[in-house]
Amino acid sequence: MFRYYAWLAVRGLRRNPVLTGLMVLAIGIGIGASVTTITVLHVLSGDPLPSKSDVLFYPQVDPEDATHYQPGDQPPDQLTYVDAMNLLRDARGKRQAAMSGGGAVLVPDQAGVDPYVVELRYSTADIFGLFDIPFLHGSGWTAEQDEARERVVVLSRRLNQRLFGGENSVGREIRLSSHRFRVIGVIDEWRPNPHFYDLTTGAYADSEEAFLPLETSIDLDMGRNGDMSCFGSERMSPEEQQRSGTCMWLQYWVELESPDARADYERYLANYSEHQREIGRFERSFNGRLHSVMEWLDYKRVVPDDVQLQVWIAFGFLVVCIVNTIGLMLAKFLRREGDIGVRRALGATRRSVFTQYLLEAGMIGVGGAVVGLLLSLVGLAAVRMQPVDYAGFARLDLSMFLMAVGLSLAASLIAGLLPAWQACRIAPALQLKTE
Amino acid sequence: MEIQPILKSLRRQKTAAILIAFEIALACAIICNTLFVIVARMDRMQIDSGIAETELLRIRTATLDDPVDKPLRTAEDLAALQAVPGVVDVAAVQQVPFGNSSWNSGVAVERGAPPVVGATNYFDNGNLVKTLGLKLVAGRDFQPEEYINFQDLFSTDETFVGMAIITQALADRLWPGEPALGKAFYTDTDPIRVIGIVDTLIRPSFGDPGDAPMSVIYPVRHAPGLEYLLRVRGAEPDAVLKQAEVALRDVHPGRLILHASTFVEMRERFFRGDRVMAMLLIGVIVALLIVTALGIVGLASFWVQRRRRQIGVRRALGATRGAILRYFQLENFLIVTAGVAAGMFSAYGVNAWLMQHYELERLPLYYLPVAAVSLWVLGQLSVLQPALRAMRVPPALATRA
Repeated sequence: MFRYYAWLAVRGLRRNPVLTGLMVLAIGIGIGASVTTITVLHVLSGDPLPSKSDVLFYPQVDPEDATHYQPGDQPPDQLTYVDAMNLLRDARGKRQAAMSGGGAVLVPDQAGVDPYVVELRYSTADIFGLFDIPFLHGSGWTAEQDEARERVVVLSRRLNQRLFGGENSVGREIRLSSHRFRVIGVIDEWRPNPHFYDLTTGAYADSEEAFLPLETSIDLDMGRNGDMSCFGSERMSPEEQQRSGTCMWLQYWVELESPDARADYERYLANYSEHQREIGRFERSFNGRLHSVMEWLDYKRVVPDDVQLQVWIAFGFLVVCIVNTIGLMLAKFLRREGDIGVRRALGATRRSVFTQYLLEAGMIGVGGAVVGLLLSLVGLAAVRMQPVDYAGFARLDLSMFLMAVGLSLAASLIAGLLPAWQACRIAPALQLKTE
Repeated sequence: MEIQPILKSLRRQKTAAILIAFEIALACAIICNTLFVIVARMDRMQIDSGIAETELLRIRTATLDDPVDKPLRTAEDLAALQAVPGVVDVAAVQQVPFGNSSWNSGVAVERGAPPVVGATNYFDNGNLVKTLGLKLVAGRDFQPEEYINFQDLFSTDETFVGMAIITQALADRLWPGEPALGKAFYTDTDPIRVIGIVDTLIRPSFGDPGDAPMSVIYPVRHAPGLEYLLRVRGAEPDAVLKQAEVALRDVHPGRLILHASTFVEMRERFFRGDRVMAMLLIGVIVALLIVTALGIVGLASFWVQRRRRQIGVRRALGATRGAILRYFQLENFLIVTAGVAAGMFSAYGVNAWLMQHYELERLPLYYLPVAAVSLWVLGQLSVLQPALRAMRVPPALATRA
C-alpha cells in the first residue's frame, strides 16, 4: 500500500514541476539559512574541554575600594597578583594556576631567518595538569622552577615544527626578545574552543605557541596581552603594577572534583575575603563568585550577539517559508479536487487520501533537506571567509547534518498537515457531479 | 468597486487568505527589525574618525633593543620617516583609531568622585594633532616644553601630566552646556586642565558609536608601544608606505614591521564584520521578499483557476475586464492590509524582545509606513500576473459547462 501511495505522490509532484520546485526551494532556503546560523551558534557555544569542564572553576574576589561600590556590582573579571598568589599558596583545590597572555619577538638562531612575533602564555606550574594538556616530549616546569624564575619554555607542536622540524627539542634553546630560554617540553595539538581560560585575548583566539613560568615573565618584563585594570589613586609604573594588589590582570583556574569541594571552595573564598577585610586590604563586604567553565562562558556572554541575532532571523525566515509552503501545497492539492473525488468515490478512505498527501509533503521535505544542506554548505563556506576569529570552526558536523534533515522533514510535514487535512475532507459525490 | 462581495468570497476561503496575511505579518515584523539592524550598522560604518584618513599611514614595528635605547631610536626613526618624499608630517603615538589596542581611564570632574565616563588616552610624542589633521575648535596645541617623559610619571611624585586636549563630545559629556576650556578633570588625584578642544577623534575600537569620540590627548613622550603615523600629500600613499618601510630598515636592519597600512585599509578592515553582517541581512530581506511574492503568486493563480467559471459568469453578466482585474487587486490589497496591521504590532513585539536581550534601540515609528508601503507594492506586483490572467477569461466560459 505504501508503495502505491509513494507512486501516487511522485506522480502528483511531477504533474506540476514548477510548483513542486518552488516548494522544495522555499523549504530548502529556509532550512539552509537556519542550519547555517545554528551550526555557527553550535560551534561557538560548544564545550571547550569536555573531559574537564565540569571540574574546572574560575574564582573571583572583589578587592576594589568601597567608595564607588554600587549594590549589585559584579566583581572584577581578573585577580591581582597579590590575591592570585594568596589563593595559590592556600592551594585549596586539587590543582590551580594563575596565568596571563603575552607576546614576544622570537629570534631564530639560523642566520637569514627573520624574527617573528609569537603569542605566549605565562603561568604557574600546574597549568598542564589542570587543563590536561598532552605532552609529546618532556614535561612542564615545577613550582620550584617558577619560584626560582628559571628561563624554561614549553613549545606548542606547531612552533616546535617550525623551529626544530618536529624533532624532540628538549634541552635546546630559543631566543625570545633578548633572553634565551631552555626548552623543557613540547605539547601536542591543543586548541580549546572557545579560548575559555583567557577571554581577554579573544574568545575564539588560537592557543598560544609557547608557555613559560609567570614569575620569569614578570621578572624579565615581557610583553603582556589582554586587559589590566587598576583601581585606587596610587600611581605605579607598569612593572610595579604587575606585582601590586590593586591591578587586576591574572586569570585563575582551580580544579574541584566534587560538588562538596565546590561548596567548600565557595566558603573558603568568603573566609578569604573576610580575612583580607580584617587586615585592611579589602574594603567591600564579600562579593566573590565561583563559575564553572560553561557558567563562565555564559556569564561572559562569549557567543557574539550578532550570531544569536542571525539565528533568530533565520528561524523567522524558516517560519515564513513554512507558511508559504502551506499555501502552495493547499493550492496544489486542491487543484486536484477532481482526482480526489474520483478516488474517494472508488472507495479510498479519508485516511488513505490523508496519508498519500502527507507522503507527498514528506517528499518535498526530503527535497528541501537536500537543497537546504547544499545551501548551508555554501552558507558555511561564506561564513568561513568572514573576517572573524571563529570563522574556521564553521563546519557541518554529524549532529547538524541530522538536524538539517530532521528540521526539513518536520517543516514539510507541518506544512503538509493542513493541506492534506483539507484534501481528505473533499466529498466524493459532489466532485463527480461537476465533472 | 464593492468591497462587500470580496469580503464574502474571502470568508469562503478563509484558510488561504489567513495564510497570506500571516505570511505578510511575519515578513513585516522581520523586515522592520532587520532593516533597523542594518541601518544601525551603516550608521556605525559612517562614523567620522576626526583624522585625515586618506592622507595617513600607520607603521608599527618591533625591535630587540634594550628599552633604555628606545627614545633615541624613536627620534632616529621619525627623522628617517620625515625624509621620505611625499611625507609632510610624522608623529608617534601608542594607539591609533581602528587599531587593536587601547589604554582607557575613568574621567571624573571632581577629585575622588566616581568617573563620569570612560575615555581613551592618546599619548602624543609630539606633533600628533597636526599629523592626524585634527581640527582645534578651542584653545591650542601643546608647546614643545610642555611634554613630559612617560617614565618620569612614575619615578617622582612631583611629575604629573597636568594638561590635555579633549574632544568636543567628551567636553559636552563632562560639563554639559558649559565651556570646557580651562576646566580640570581627574583620572587620579592630580587635576588635568583642558587647554584645547578638538572637533572629534574616535577611540581605537568601540561598540556604540555614541561612545566612540570620548578621547583625551596627553603631552607624554616615549610611552610604551609607540607606533608611527605619516601624513602624505602629493604622493601615492602605497608607494610612500613601501619607501617608509625601507627607510626604517635602513635605520635598523634587525627590525620587525608588525603592521604597515593606510588608514583607508584600516577602516575597511575595522568595519568588515559590520559590512558582512549588513550584506547578509540584506540578503535575508531579499530572499524573504522573493519567497513571500512566490507565495502570493501561487495562491492567487490557484484562486483564479478555481474561479474561472465564476469569472466567466460575471463577464457574461456585463462585468468589464477592468472590473475583474481590480477585483483581484483589491482582494490582495485587503489581505496585505490585514497582514501589515498585524505585522506592525508584531514588529514592535519583536523589537521589545530584542531590546531586552541585545543592545538594540527602540524601533523608530517611520519604519512601519515604509514597510507597509513596500509590502503593498510587493503584493500588487505579485498579484498582477494572475489577475491579468483572470481578466482574460472569456465570458463564453460561463456557457460552456
